[in-house]
Amino acid sequence: MSSPLALDVADLSKKYGDRMALSHANFEVPMGSICGFVGPNGSGKTTTIRMLLGLITPTTGGGHVLGESITEPEKYLPRVGAMIEGPAFYPALTGFQNLNVLAKIGGFSTDAIAGLLDLVGLGDRGDSKYKTYSLGMKQRLGIAAALLPNPKLLVLDEPTNGLDPAGIHEIRTLLRKLADSGTTVFVSSHLLSEIEMISDHLVMLRLGKVIFSGKTSDLLAKQQPVIVAKPEKLNDLDKLAQIAISAGHEAKVLDNAVHVTGTSDFSAKLNKAAFEAGIVLESLTPVKASLEETFFEMTGE
Amino acid sequence: MWNVLRAELTKLRRPSLSASTLLAVTFVTSLITSVLFLLVDSPQGNGERGIRIGRDVLSLPTGVSLSFSNSAGLLGVVALCVFAAQTAQEYTYGTLRNLLVRQPSRMKILIGKLGAMKLFAIVIVTFSAIVGIALSYLLAGVKNISTAAWATSDAKMAVLHGFINVLIATIGYGIFGMILGLLFRSPISAISIGVIWNLIFEGLLSAFVKNIDRYFPGQLLSTVAIGGTDRISYKYALFTSYAFLLGGLAIVAFLFKKRDVAN
Repeated sequence: MSSPLALDVADLSKKYGDRMALSHANFEVPMGSICGFVGPNGSGKTTTIRMLLGLITPTTGGGHVLGESITEPEKYLPRVGAMIEGPAFYPALTGFQNLNVLAKIGGFSTDAIAGLLDLVGLGDRGDSKYKTYSLGMKQRLGIAAALLPNPKLLVLDEPTNGLDPAGIHEIRTLLRKLADSGTTVFVSSHLLSEIEMISDHLVMLRLGKVIFSGKTSDLLAKQQPVIVAKPEKLNDLDKLAQIAISAGHEAKVLDNAVHVTGTSDFSAKLNKAAFEAGIVLESLTPVKASLEETFFEMTGE
Repeated sequence: MWNVLRAELTKLRRPSLSASTLLAVTFVTSLITSVLFLLVDSPQGNGERGIRIGRDVLSLPTGVSLSFSNSAGLLGVVALCVFAAQTAQEYTYGTLRNLLVRQPSRMKILIGKLGAMKLFAIVIVTFSAIVGIALSYLLAGVKNISTAAWATSDAKMAVLHGFINVLIATIGYGIFGMILGLLFRSPISAISIGVIWNLIFEGLLSAFVKNIDRYFPGQLLSTVAIGGTDRISYKYALFTSYAFLLGGLAIVAFLFKKRDVAN
């Protein structure tokens, strides 16, 4: 039996004038997962998120959020936390007051606000006006606002923008903790390396179209691993590449090294063959394909 | 809807907005009251468009609330600015998307906002009444105008009627500001267009074209505030101005409900 879904969309499209911001998208996000929603700027991520949150009307198609149709957002939004296209708050109000406004409007208890400010590292700046916050602090307040309803589904649009490495690490840890406690996290980013570290599911967009939807591990498993071999003498590069090719592997010279397509068990064979041919290897490293490389390979960029 | 109202009050209560609004109210009420009393003997007049309001009129029971009633036009401009800014800023700050995620019913957002701003208008008008009446007593003494009739029950009724009429007018101007805020989605555009329309376009045309003020909502609201005139009855001014405003509000409410929130 398949796991219940936090999100599913079918044939979802949005057209602005002659331009398709999102074209006939289909994807599913299992409950309790961290799903990365990736694609370059302008690929339709924010448009999709806005449709899921009832802010814009789809041109075609539909979908469900927490089992309810996206045409009835009032049925699921009380269980959804969201930060869309960066934080947006009232500059003249303090961080606490801004959260207070959102808690009141959503009918949530305001007792949790102080705890949420502590959780995102703003405990000592809650009484400062929003306009005095740095970009990273604004981002943290946006995440605190998204957590106000104690959500079953958390939708975050580029949550690590403006955060320093320590802040990014904190947010990553927080998202994992939330997912472990049963919250589904749907997080969009154009930083593929960031998403690769935290997501167990992926939805990939390019030019308004879904080019992959499924488990991150399934996507990466499709990619051929690469062995990077660097000879001691640079004039051995072509000879080394030829050895790999004659053994039935693809090989090309890149950045003073030979990149050979093959699993790590070919490393030993390549090392032996190189030694027998009089080539001394300075390094021999099996490399797993990254999400970024996979994305570029899939999109042909 | 009540949740929206409570949330809106949190925003309206912030000290910078409250203080600047009450300062503006003090300024316009003091200005109108000072002109009314200090220029009582001026041949150029002391009322709107050079009308002379003499000592005899100011000594009547209605004299106590006259300055406050005459302030309605400028109080309306203050309300227009506040209502327009509070509505349009949700677009410029991008906060509308947060509000709609927490309260998906756009009509509840609109009604809650309007309710909160009406409460704010009550504060503005009450404050203006206090300033206007206090200053009237002070300036009546300076200009030797009798205030004997100002303590009678007729005067109290006049203050009550004046308060209700000014409140209706101020809320009307505020609704006009809200309509512009929803339409233009920018505080600067909404406020500048609203002020230019009210003070310059309506004001100038009404001064030069006879009876055209019967068809201008801003002019009609000023008439409501002073309880009607010889030319335009109170009832006509009230129903016509609010028909314009409620019609405009219905159109922008429809747009607000249907428009994508893409910023």
